[in-house]
Amino acid sequence: MDISLQQVEYRYQVNSPFEHLALEDVSIDIPSGTYLAIIGHTGSGKSTILQHLNAILKPTKGKVIIGDQEVTNAKKQKNLKSIRKKVGIVFQFPEHQLFEETVEKDICFGPMNFGVSESEAKRRAREAILQVGLSEEILAKSPFDLSGGQMRRVAIAGVLAMEPDVIVLDEPTAGLDPRGRKEIMDMFYRLHKDRNLSTILVTHSMEDAALYADQIVVMHQGKVFKKGSPREIFQSPVGLMELGLDVPEVVRFQNKLEDTFHVKFSKTCVTLEELTEEIHRLFKKVGELT
Amino acid sequence: MMEKMIIGRYIPVESPLHRMDPRAKLMIVFLFVCIVFLANNAITYGILAVYTFLMVFASKVPFRYIMGGLKIVFWLILFTMILHLFLTKEGDILFQWGWFTVYEGGLRQGIFISMRFFLLILMTSLLTLTTTPIEITDGLEELLGPLKKFKFPVHELALMMSISLRFIPTLMDETDKIMKAQTARGVDFSGGTIKERINSIIPLLIPLFISSFKRAEELAVAMEARGYRGGEGRTKYRLLQWSLLDTGMLILLALVTLLLAVFRM
Ligand SMILES: Nc1ncnc2c1ncn2[C@@H]1O[C@H](COP(=O)(O)OP(=O)(O)O)[C@@H](O)[C@H]1O
Ligand SMILES: [Mg+2]
Repeated sequence: MDISLQQVEYRYQVNSPFEHLALEDVSIDIPSGTYLAIIGHTGSGKSTILQHLNAILKPTKGKVIIGDQEVTNAKKQKNLKSIRKKVGIVFQFPEHQLFEETVEKDICFGPMNFGVSESEAKRRAREAILQVGLSEEILAKSPFDLSGGQMRRVAIAGVLAMEPDVIVLDEPTAGLDPRGRKEIMDMFYRLHKDRNLSTILVTHSMEDAALYADQIVVMHQGKVFKKGSPREIFQSPVGLMELGLDVPEVVRFQNKLEDTFHVKFSKTCVTLEELTEEIHRLFKKVGELT
Repeated sequence: MMEKMIIGRYIPVESPLHRMDPRAKLMIVFLFVCIVFLANNAITYGILAVYTFLMVFASKVPFRYIMGGLKIVFWLILFTMILHLFLTKEGDILFQWGWFTVYEGGLRQGIFISMRFFLLILMTSLLTLTTTPIEITDGLEELLGPLKKFKFPVHELALMMSISLRFIPTLMDETDKIMKAQTARGVDFSGGTIKERINSIIPLLIPLFISSFKRAEELAVAMEARGYRGGEGRTKYRLLQWSLLDTGMLILLALVTLLLAVFRM
């Protein structure tokens, strides 16, 4: 499902002393099957963008096109539920949304709201709990008896069980341990590939953005500062540094290497594999020369 | 979704009301609550209204913002008004429509009672809009200080109040977040049948309760870790400062009271 934001503006608390312009002239195209990463400083408007992707917020100006539906500032709009069925959002700290007596019931909650039968929802719950790396025994437990990391996984399973076409992730690994982080990010990537989903990820990890995303959008003070492929974004670290953002460790390493040995690689490497290959090639060249 | 509620919110702007001593503001609101009941005719209600709007003006909080935040209260006022129209049967008949008769007394009572209600809400909202919770608590603790002699737990009460006030906006934000998260999971908070609406409250309330309990526990631990052991012998970092402005405001209210006494029937 294609999603497109066109000149979106969003103001929080219009007509109050707290009125706040959170998004200004934001245009982003997310064709079906894209893995898009949104990076930017805290408060730059990332979460606000995400809430536009399933019409939880409506733009105060401009429009959001989700599949064949258009969301604008107009008062009454129907069929928002059908949008929400196709676009699943994993909010920041999603474990705060758990409420049912058992994990299974909580995971079934989303699908059943969207009209899935109980038996089908239960089947999906079993599938989803395995996907997020937990065992089936957990289904019978109370979500409040779990550890923080397990609760996070259960909450994610609750969104996966809705079987959306688009998955939206707001810093899904914040506060997890490094191994848990990698497991969850790899799981989302596998799903993205296997089910041909669109994935939109907000992250503070430049490594994750470089590793998984096809496209990166850099936000700054409510505006799109830059968009492009990871290579295009991380090619010139200077602009990013000025925003207080970083480039992936790999890029930093390459830049240092180039400065120290006065060499120039053929491209900016954004993953460890690419860099290893380039260094290998360089060594071979040096070997041939001497 | 909940961001419009203003009850318990403090608006940080520079204004005479913001500069006042919280003790003076508390006294004024308390007195106002009493003298509202003196009004019983058009002139006295007019005087009260003028005074209240003067205060709103002095607070520099945009009037439209306050009105927007009191929308829910308007429904309550409207309800009171209609109740009076139906139930008070005094004075001349104004008009009759089927079995529904409006008496002059009913209309008058309806308007007066709604107005009383509205002015009370406006004044009490002004207190929280222009005074930080901490100031309100400090003010209350000072004003109620004499009661300590009678073993009345003034400090504990003040602390409880300040904590509740402090966490109202937090709770609102939390409510907003959880509503959004459950909306994304297919809950419809704004429509549906009554049964659906009641059902949609559970996924909202349970997470809210859980996070509130968690927060209370964390707060208690944090306070103990920093050596809190109750009010005994505790000194104050912020000292309250009574100024000419405060005396002036009290005198103004005294004048209003006098006027009310003169003009009431
Ligand atoms: N409910 C709200 N009311 C007023 N301002 C808000 C609200 N939510 C977010 N904001 C403001 O909007 C801006 C963007 O917020 P957000 O999208 O959450 O940023 P990010 O996710 O990039 O950290 C911030 O400056 C934030 O303070
Ligand atoms: Mg955010």
